[in-house]
Amino acid sequence: MSALLMPILMALFGLAFPLGWIAPPSYEHINALVAHPLTRLILFALSMLSLFHWAHRFRYTLYDGLQIKHLNELVAILCYGSALAGSVIAALLLWWPHVIR
Amino acid sequence: MLQPHAHSDGKPHVYTAYHPRWLRHHTSTYWWLQKRSYFAFILRELSCLFVAWFAVYLLMLVRAIGRGEAAYQDFLAWSASAPVLLLNLVSFGFIVYHAITFFMAAPQAIVVHIGGRRVASGLVGGAHYLAWMVVSAVVAWLLLGAR
Repeated sequence: MSALLMPILMALFGLAFPLGWIAPPSYEHINALVAHPLTRLILFALSMLSLFHWAHRFRYTLYDGLQIKHLNELVAILCYGSALAGSVIAALLLWWPHVIR
Repeated sequence: MLQPHAHSDGKPHVYTAYHPRWLRHHTSTYWWLQKRSYFAFILRELSCLFVAWFAVYLLMLVRAIGRGEAAYQDFLAWSASAPVLLLNLVSFGFIVYHAITFFMAAPQAIVVHIGGRRVASGLVGGAHYLAWMVVSAVVAWLLLGAR
């Protein structure tokens, strides 16, 4: 899911809109799009899966790449804990934004 | 501790505290610099950092939209600043690398059978690239076309 959606979203919001290649969507349009329940669900799944992908891969990059094996438990707690915290923030932003404004 | 035991020939057999050295090869911390394929592997692993940045950036956009039009315009202006643009440019490269390497690996990981016959790996890979194009087109249409 991340592999399918991330490139186009990053190409548009990260490069094309800021560089002025394409006019960004109006506020009314993007607000209506994000307000749709299906969009929220997809954005939540995309954020959560991306964060847990990072947590898992980063954990093993430290484990194999830098051979930090003695801190395995601490690294795992920090990685998965951060991904979980990020997922909770994503849920709050998408469904209960007034909580963390 | 020394513990004598009777051997089959009657002579005592002595176990000693001596332990042979483990046969362990030391792997350099920089093993991933030794081969191009190792380096490609570690780059693929590091792409996870940019995947995480993408998630954070996406959530910042959602937050800005939730805060109103002025916050959305501020977010777009902030995205146009040089450091954020540079970070997003590098992130885009890694995200595309992450996606392509995933689509390359998918046919080897996913074995599809239709009517008792295995679907050719080229078709499975092609289906992933097709899905990528369709999803990208739909997202672009939703954001730009359906205004």
